[in-house]
Amino acid sequence: MKSAQSAGDNAWMLVSAALVLMMTGPGLALFYGGLVRKKNILGTMMQSFALMGLVTVLWAICGYSLAFGEGSSFVGDLRYLFLNGVGAAPNGDYAGTIPQQTFMVYQLMFAIITPALITGAYAERMRFSGMLLFTTLWMFLVYFPMAHMVWGKGGFLNAFLGGKVPCFDFAGGTVVHITSGVSALVCAIYLGKREGYPNEQMKPHSLTLSFVGACLLWVGWFGFNAGSALAASSLATSAFVATHFGAAAGALGWILAERIQGHKMSVLGGISGAVAGLVAITPASGFVKPFPALFIGAAAGFVCYTMVVKVKQKFGYDDSLDAFGVHGIGGTLGALLTGVFATNAVNDALKNAAGQPAALGLVDGNGMQVVNQLTGCAIAAGLAVVGSLIALKISDVIIGVRLDGKEEQTGLDVSMHGEEGYNFES
Amino acid sequence: MKKIEAIIQPFKLEEVKEALKAVGIDGMTITEVRGHGRQKGHKEVYRGQEYNVDLLPKVKIELVVPSARAEEVIKTLSGAARTGNIGDGKIFIYDVAEAIRIRNEDRGESAL
Repeated sequence: MKSAQSAGDNAWMLVSAALVLMMTGPGLALFYGGLVRKKNILGTMMQSFALMGLVTVLWAICGYSLAFGEGSSFVGDLRYLFLNGVGAAPNGDYAGTIPQQTFMVYQLMFAIITPALITGAYAERMRFSGMLLFTTLWMFLVYFPMAHMVWGKGGFLNAFLGGKVPCFDFAGGTVVHITSGVSALVCAIYLGKREGYPNEQMKPHSLTLSFVGACLLWVGWFGFNAGSALAASSLATSAFVATHFGAAAGALGWILAERIQGHKMSVLGGISGAVAGLVAITPASGFVKPFPALFIGAAAGFVCYTMVVKVKQKFGYDDSLDAFGVHGIGGTLGALLTGVFATNAVNDALKNAAGQPAALGLVDGNGMQVVNQLTGCAIAAGLAVVGSLIALKISDVIIGVRLDGKEEQTGLDVSMHGEEGYNFES
Repeated sequence: MKKIEAIIQPFKLEEVKEALKAVGIDGMTITEVRGHGRQKGHKEVYRGQEYNVDLLPKVKIELVVPSARAEEVIKTLSGAARTGNIGDGKIFIYDVAEAIRIRNEDRGESAL
């Protein structure tokens, strides 16, 4: 029986790991790639793809250990340096029925997509080598500590493994979306606007590619959220349903907002709304019932629409593909609403002093949880601002992060990689 | 000889080709172009960013015919390309000094 459960859990977790990798490549690469001008398609896709390589190596050397080694409240130790001791035996603190190696490679896929999300903010103007150095530093300054604080044993915000401020983040609202979204805003402001923005035409060159990418993200997100149950359990089913509902309501919320504003209901709006809904449901997915999931998704569609269409234009920063507007804001909204809608009817893992399932969110009568969630958001955002600024400054001094004018005019494809995405004459 | 240069709606290309074929005109050169006359463009909105698209896709047809046939070809072409709406396009006629077939250096109308 036990080995059957292990086999089932392991099968689901390996599939989930593959699904989450598919979100970065080709999912995000296509989504972002379609939104840029055609001279930048390969460069944009390459940013995501290169991180599949770079982050994997960092993770193997010490990243996994710094995130999931016991260590201090704020960062892990080096007990798993070079993946020492990470093998077939389960790690009971995290997932007792699957090999720790499965857990390690599953968490790696999260570490890959998080910095890849940031690429949407500095699209079309960041030097490739500068971006690689920036991301390397960023992983150490922001991602590994934040993952440890929320998910690592003894982490400051870990509700289940002895954190001082119990923050609920089922699949990465703070760790993935707030860190990447806020860092995206910092990058957009530090690098400055693209040449010609906002007067020149910078239409997405292929919403067809973006559409395919967004649908791959939607499917991959089942691995991201339902996989975060770390077992093929009924909790995974619940998270799967919440995820799907969040995406569906997000898509409708965004195009409805467009309609109310007197615009046409657009394809780009639909897919952006689905992604916003998925972002917002991420922290909540393993804690909320289906109807709150619909609400969270719809709210994200509305709020992110307002951020991207109204607020960005008002302030004039060039968050080129709206990584902050969708991931930073959607992630924050989702994290806060998790504090409202989290219920032990869905997730009874947390016990109170009497050994009964603890009251989780406001709906369970625990209003304080909203404050805890806010604390988690603030720490994630603060860490992202400071870490990103340091990483950008160092990368700028050593390599340079912004393309020069001629390179930017030529486009990333030719100036950074010596290739073109589309050679119709050949 | 006359050169007929017509700028038409892209979706009318097949009809025009068929009509010209029916009156015995087989040779022509087609280019995909963009432009506008009195026709206004349209507005596109991407995440709230508005773009006015006023250069619209058109097809340019170029063909050279014996002067005696020019009027008939023009009528055929404009009849087939017409929808009656703004944006149907324009036809321009030029005099052609000489025509040469590269394969065998035929000249004049026999080169057409």
